[in-house]
Parts: sequence; structure tokens; C-alpha cells
Amino acid sequence: MKVVVEEDKCVAAGQCVAAAMDVFDQRDEDGIVVLLDENPPAELADDVRNAAAVCPALAIRIEE
Amino acid sequence: MSEAETELAAPDAELFDYPGARDRTCPFAPPAGLRALNETAPVSRGRLWDGSTPWLVTGHAAQRVILSDPRVSSNDKQAGFPHPNQAMAENSPHHPLTIFNADGADHTRIRRMMTAPFTRNRMEKLRPEIQRFTDELIDTMLAGPKPADLVEALALPLPSLMICALLGVPYEDHEFFQEHASLATRSDKTAEQDRAAMEALGGYLAGLLQKRMEEPSDDVISDFAGRIKAGEVTLPEAVMLCMILLIAGHETSASMITLGTALLLQNPEQLALLRETDDPKAVAGAVEEILRYLTIPALGQRRIAAEDIEIEGVTIKAGEGIVVALPAGNWDPAAFPEPEKFDITREARHHHAFAWGIHQCLGQQLARIELQVVYGTLYRRVPTLQLAVGFDELRFRRDDALAYGIHELPVTW
Repeated sequence: MKVVVEEDKCVAAGQCVAAAMDVFDQRDEDGIVVLLDENPPAELADDVRNAAAVCPALAIRIEE
Repeated sequence: MSEAETELAAPDAELFDYPGARDRTCPFAPPAGLRALNETAPVSRGRLWDGSTPWLVTGHAAQRVILSDPRVSSNDKQAGFPHPNQAMAENSPHHPLTIFNADGADHTRIRRMMTAPFTRNRMEKLRPEIQRFTDELIDTMLAGPKPADLVEALALPLPSLMICALLGVPYEDHEFFQEHASLATRSDKTAEQDRAAMEALGGYLAGLLQKRMEEPSDDVISDFAGRIKAGEVTLPEAVMLCMILLIAGHETSASMITLGTALLLQNPEQLALLRETDDPKAVAGAVEEILRYLTIPALGQRRIAAEDIEIEGVTIKAGEGIVVALPAGNWDPAAFPEPEKFDITREARHHHAFAWGIHQCLGQQLARIELQVVYGTLYRRVPTLQLAVGFDELRFRRDDALAYGIHELPVTW
């Protein structure tokens, strides 16, 4: 699984961090998404898919 | 009027008058007429308070499409914008740009000035403080006379204390700003009352911003004071943005605490499930279901089409108003099977109680943690909590209030 984030689209809702905190974080200065792991392990795959699904700005893409 | 126009105009009599009237025997459910639209048309014409007939988007999937479409504008200064009430129709065109009325790059610039204090991890760090405030407020309620009003005892003070701490607004002034914040969510306010409340709150916040320009502290007002000095934002803009944070942090979370408690007390088997769980994920799941079920922002999201948009077999023309009816989307059986069933174990995270798209609620992570703490604490600490009046005596807010809710919740134990 490969994760791609688009910072320009991100609105800092924090949904991805709530869904998968080992894979996503937010920048201190403006809350914009920080990708911690672009190739997350299989056991986090469901959480990461969930994170992409709840992102209100559609800023997370998953390439399986 | 030509015959063709008469024919087109005739079905207007059948249009749903948004937001509609709830059935008083079932005050948690969206109006039946609104729910019926989920069965017939996910996008259709509705009618508002002023007789205008914008598009009503009721289907959950259609709401996601509309709220993610950059051709859909939040510019409430444009003629044809579907304002929630008369006061806002008169006053909104004179407001500076905010996260509510800006689009595209302007919106991004403004929102990014406001997001830093509300990140998920910063909110998570507030959890112990939210727990402490919650425990203290419950202690005080239990030490006081019965019955107590849960609005005054817990629901309003908790979010108010938290937003004051984050913003750097002295909580001692809470009666002043709660009164004005409360007026802001009323639909029967006059334009003059609305302006007077905004001037009072604005003057107060401008004073705080000026103070923090001299003596900065570690809070949101100081952050905006710094941005004024750096020329990133003007004083009137900063006042408006701080006012949005102060107002939005109050009535919405308070309503979720009181209405959520009333809902749980009416559903004792669900309340027992919530009370008996030790799993924070189960409590978090319950919060999402209660958010979905109640959908406090019952007036929905207001937009205007900047270009022609084809959706669900209709064409929304440029310049036409769009009302995204959030309660309908959250009760759409295509997204939530048996939506009338209140089930705290349901997977409900895809609800639209915080809206969707780039304008999704900025304070949602704070609201979630406040609600997780309250729902995870109140019913365990007060297992005998019950209504002190009959359910049919509860006074619910008007259907056209910006934040649905309950005026008071008399409880005993």
C-alpha cells in the first residue's frame, strides 16, 4: 500500500490523525497533514483506508 | 405568465418548506417531509422562509459531491444566496471575509490562520483538563439542590470554559458573551439585534486583541494579535474570526450534551451499553452515532452555484441557491441502514454533522473529545440520572434555530 497526500487540498480537519495516528500527523504551525509513513504495514491498511475515506477535503489517495 | 410557466409553477405548492416542522412526539428525528425526500429525489427544489426556492440536497452521496465541488460557492454576498433568516440576509453582505463566506485561495489563507490550535493532537492533550472540568462540574451539581438544569450545570459551562481557555477570553465574562452567542443562533432575531450583539462582542474582542498586541500570551487571541502586527490580517477581520470561534464553541457542543443525554435517557438499553463499556473506542463510536442522529446544525450548509452543475439528473444553474440539508443526509438509508434506529454500535463516522468538504467544522476534534469525556463520565458517575419532568414537557428549540437544542434539561438522580 502506498499513500499519497496533497497538502494544497488539506483543510486540517484532523480526521486522518484520528483514524490512523501512526501514519498521519499535523504540522504544528497550521495543522496541515504530515505523512509519517508512505508505505504503511498491512496491519494498518484498514485504518489508512478509513483515514482516506473520512478526509473531508479528499486530500489522501491510496495506491494499493 | 405563459402556460408553460404556469405548469412549472404549479408544483411549487408541493415543495418542502425547509427546515420543516419536527413531529413533537419524536423531537430527535428530522421532519418526516424532509426524510421522505430521501426516497424520492436526492436533489430537488425546496422553499425557504423568504419564499425563495433553492435546490435542496438531501441524499448523503449527493451532499458529498456538492460540498466537494469547487464550482459551489459560499459567497453569501451574492444575490440569490439562500440565507438562513432575515437578519443574516440583511447583515451578511456587510461582513468581512471569513471561513464561512470565502472560497478557494481566500478560504485556504483564512482557514490556515485558525487551524493550528485545533489539531487532533493538541486537542488530545486537553483531554485531562476536559476530564477535570467535567468532574468538577458534576461534583458541584451533585452537591447542589435537586432537580438541576443540565444546561446550566454542565452542558454550557464545559464548552465555554474550554473555548475561553483556548482563545484566552476571561471566563468571568461568560454571562456577557453567552448571552450574545445565544442570540447569534436564534432565527427570530431582528437584523438590529443581530448587529447590536455583534457590535458588543466585536468591541469586547477588539479590546482583548489590542491588549494582547501589547502583552502577548499563549492563546489564540495573542496569535491573531501577532498576525495583525505582521500585517497578515486586519483588526476587523481578526475580530470576526475570533467571534466565530467564540460563538461556534458554545451552543453546538452544549446542545450535543443536553440533547444527547435526553436521547440516551429515552433509550435505556443504549444508555446501559454506553455506561458499561470500558472501551474508549466504543465511547468514541457512540459520539459519532449521537452526532449523526441529532445533527445539531439543522439548517444545513448554504451555498450558491458559481457555474451550471449537473447532478442526479437535474441542472443547478449558475446563480441558484443550494441548501445542503445535513439532517437528511445523516438519515439517508443508503448511507445509514435503518436510520431511525439509534444504535451506538453502528459505524457512523461518515456522517455530515460537521458538514463535509473544505468547510468541515474547524473545532470538531475539540467537540469530539468534550463529548467523549462527558458521555464516558456523566452516566457512570450518576447512574440514577433521570429526567425530573415528563419527556413531553421538555422545551425544544425552534426548528429554524441555527443550532437545534433544548432550552433546559431538568434532571434528578
